[in-house]
Amino acid sequence: MTEPLLRIEDLHVTFSTRQGLVEAVRGVTLSLQPGEMLGLVGESGSGKSVTGFATTRLLDAAGRITQGQIFYRGQDITKIPDRDFRTLHGAAMSMIFQNPRAALNPIRAVGLQIADAILSHKRMSKQDAEKEALRLLHAVQIRDPEKRMSAYPHELSGGMCQRVMIAIAISCNPMLLIADEPTTGLDVTTQKVVMDILANIAAERGMATILITHDLGLAAQYCRRVVVMEKGRLVEEAPPEALFRQPQHVYTKRLVAASPTASSRIEDLVTNEERGAYLAVLAASKPLPEPPAGTPPLLDVKNLAKRYDQGPPALSNFSMTMKAGESVGLVGESGSGKTTTSRMICRLIDASEGEILFNGESIGHLPAREFHRSPHRKDIQIVFQDPNESLNPRFTAFDCIAHPLLRLSGMRAGDALRQRVEDCAMRVGLPVDLLSRFPHQLSGGQKARVGIARAIACRPRLLVLDEPTAALDVSVQAVVLQLLDRLRREDHLALLFVSHDLNVVRMMCDRTIVLRAGHIVEQGASRALFENPADQYTRELVEAVPHIGRGQIREIAGRGQSVTR
Amino acid sequence: MGIHLMASATLRHTAWILRGNPLTAVAAAGVLILVLIAIFGPSIAPYDPIASSVSEALLPPSRLHLAGTDQLGRDTFSRLLVATRLDLVIAVSAVGISFVIGAVVGAFCGYAGGRLDRSVGRFVDVMMAFPLFVLAMAMVAALGNRVENIVIATAIINLPFYIRFARAEVNVRRNVGWVEAARASGEGHASVVLRFLLPNVLPAMAVQISLNLGWAILNAAGLSFIGLGVRPPTPEWGIMVAEGARFISTGKWWLVAFPGLALMLAVLCFNLLGDGLRDILDPRMRT
Repeated sequence: MTEPLLRIEDLHVTFSTRQGLVEAVRGVTLSLQPGEMLGLVGESGSGKSVTGFATTRLLDAAGRITQGQIFYRGQDITKIPDRDFRTLHGAAMSMIFQNPRAALNPIRAVGLQIADAILSHKRMSKQDAEKEALRLLHAVQIRDPEKRMSAYPHELSGGMCQRVMIAIAISCNPMLLIADEPTTGLDVTTQKVVMDILANIAAERGMATILITHDLGLAAQYCRRVVVMEKGRLVEEAPPEALFRQPQHVYTKRLVAASPTASSRIEDLVTNEERGAYLAVLAASKPLPEPPAGTPPLLDVKNLAKRYDQGPPALSNFSMTMKAGESVGLVGESGSGKTTTSRMICRLIDASEGEILFNGESIGHLPAREFHRSPHRKDIQIVFQDPNESLNPRFTAFDCIAHPLLRLSGMRAGDALRQRVEDCAMRVGLPVDLLSRFPHQLSGGQKARVGIARAIACRPRLLVLDEPTAALDVSVQAVVLQLLDRLRREDHLALLFVSHDLNVVRMMCDRTIVLRAGHIVEQGASRALFENPADQYTRELVEAVPHIGRGQIREIAGRGQSVTR
Repeated sequence: MGIHLMASATLRHTAWILRGNPLTAVAAAGVLILVLIAIFGPSIAPYDPIASSVSEALLPPSRLHLAGTDQLGRDTFSRLLVATRLDLVIAVSAVGISFVIGAVVGAFCGYAGGRLDRSVGRFVDVMMAFPLFVLAMAMVAALGNRVENIVIATAIINLPFYIRFARAEVNVRRNVGWVEAARASGEGHASVVLRFLLPNVLPAMAVQISLNLGWAILNAAGLSFIGLGVRPPTPEWGIMVAEGARFISTGKWWLVAFPGLALMLAVLCFNLLGDGLRDILDPRMRT
């Protein structure tokens, strides 16, 4: 092979923080051939983004490359001064980020922003730059590019914004593109479209790409070579098929196991060695006794609808039932009304129409602002999407879990309360000595556990889970999912699982309801529904999920990029 | 034991912030000295601040009279010390009143939105359209020339800032997960606002309060300066500047300079304290 486009040799990056120096990257060595798409996979804190930032010299002020070299076309770019580096930006290498809306200037039309990027590197007239921008919008397949030229970022969807970012990134024909979680936070169908565009453009232009992602499936589908990072170190490098079939490193094994696939079961989420403990839990759980005939369902929702002042109804004609101990998935893309539905069932907002029966008793007639006094308040609890946002910053973990007990179970501060809070913490696997910490002193997974402990503290009978693992790393997600499944088996807790992650829903839920634009599109037993979707929309959703292990990689003319169709 | 641990953690945290931010430490020390003077001023003042002695009128600063004497022979330094209490009490009570009312009203507006928010918002807009100092003058003139009325007038013209501030801070947080979680844990809307949202906007408001205290001192002094509010012979920094201004053309600079310096230092201390306070009060800054 010739000289690689990018060669990173023993890179060390250190951040100075209040606790002293923290090594974020400790000796990464990798290389990238022209036109290659490399997957850089790892969980939060693995140093994958820092590696990307170090390469494009976008490290924030606290971070410093302490050792190692980065060669771009044979030239060590850690040595060249900032002023010269600026010409490399855009023309030689560019970067796209996780949150495209935040990366775009909110008060400038997107067409002009693309033109700005072109003008900063090329000498040409403004008119020519705008023509070029229009051509780029065509290239990233934006509908009505002439009209979108003058659109502002807030008028575009997240997927559209990311396409604009791609257009800006490729505007000066870079040789290297670093894509840092480019589709995280986008719906699966949008993710597929954006990634396909990115892969096609890279292939057409012979642009090398580093795809930084936490999603093994995504990396497997689009890259020929995947590099796994853990705690600042490179632990494994392999083609995706080999990585999934025979992971070598312990960490990779755990990561591969924890990533749910279309066929995984909940007990599969840990490595073979760890599985025993969970199987013991499964064996110990008693099957739910069949309720006597004539028992009303735990939850019976009839013709629920929600209209806001403007726009089409957020939800209409929604009906469902749930039994005790059952788990039901509610699936849909953003804007499908699944969040509205979950909030109405939790009685946090009022429905415009329809009935909600809990245990045969109507709870929908009590307005949401009075519902906190209802005896059923403690029976229906909710776990929120973002653990970082769902804990009061001024409450310790103990206060968070104790709060519902004080309000709803009539407990008073004292030994009994402490005992109960500690029990809850232990059930969710939260070390008791962490209870005195404030949320910002806890990791994402620990915060998620506090959120679940709070929700189960009053022993509810229905738990609504609003994307409970969307913000978590896969290995943490695996633990949280197993925890929820165990609670369901042990307490006969009914779980309403609101999620856009189809693999998770398929694994966790007996039944699934697919929502689109406020309507139920399809519902039925999860496995059957996903294996044999009756509706076109469900089929699109299922097909858009990146498939680990069985993604067929297809050559695209030329330089050996891989794209899956 | 838990409380003891918490307290020592808070102290450690405060010490850490102050070490990294010496200006805050200086400002905090300045405010502490001001408070001590306000409490003990009358007892440590070397002379009676009101007793006049014509034979000692208009003496320049000396070892006997550190800040000189005024036209009635009263010791300026003693008057400055005694005036601290009145100035601080006016500022603190005015800011306290506008903070409590403004934070609660603003928080409810920001949380509820809708008609309440719109009507309060317009009322605040109307108030802010007036020149605030003129509004305060008009209120003191109408209500009567008393200390309580200076406090009320200062509190009222401050109110719009607190309402707007609390409204904006609560508004961005009202849909956050932990607010919904509090409701799912059995809190009604009112207690979510008072017990959850308000404590969380407090750190940001502490900055506003601190900046505002300095401004309120100036405002009270300003009212006295133009003859509204505190009346002579009560020692007050604003009056002292006003009275001294008559003699500045004859070179009796100390009558204006020392009260002016006292005002400036007090305002400066409160303003500098603001930023440091936010860091100390916000638990997220702790590690």
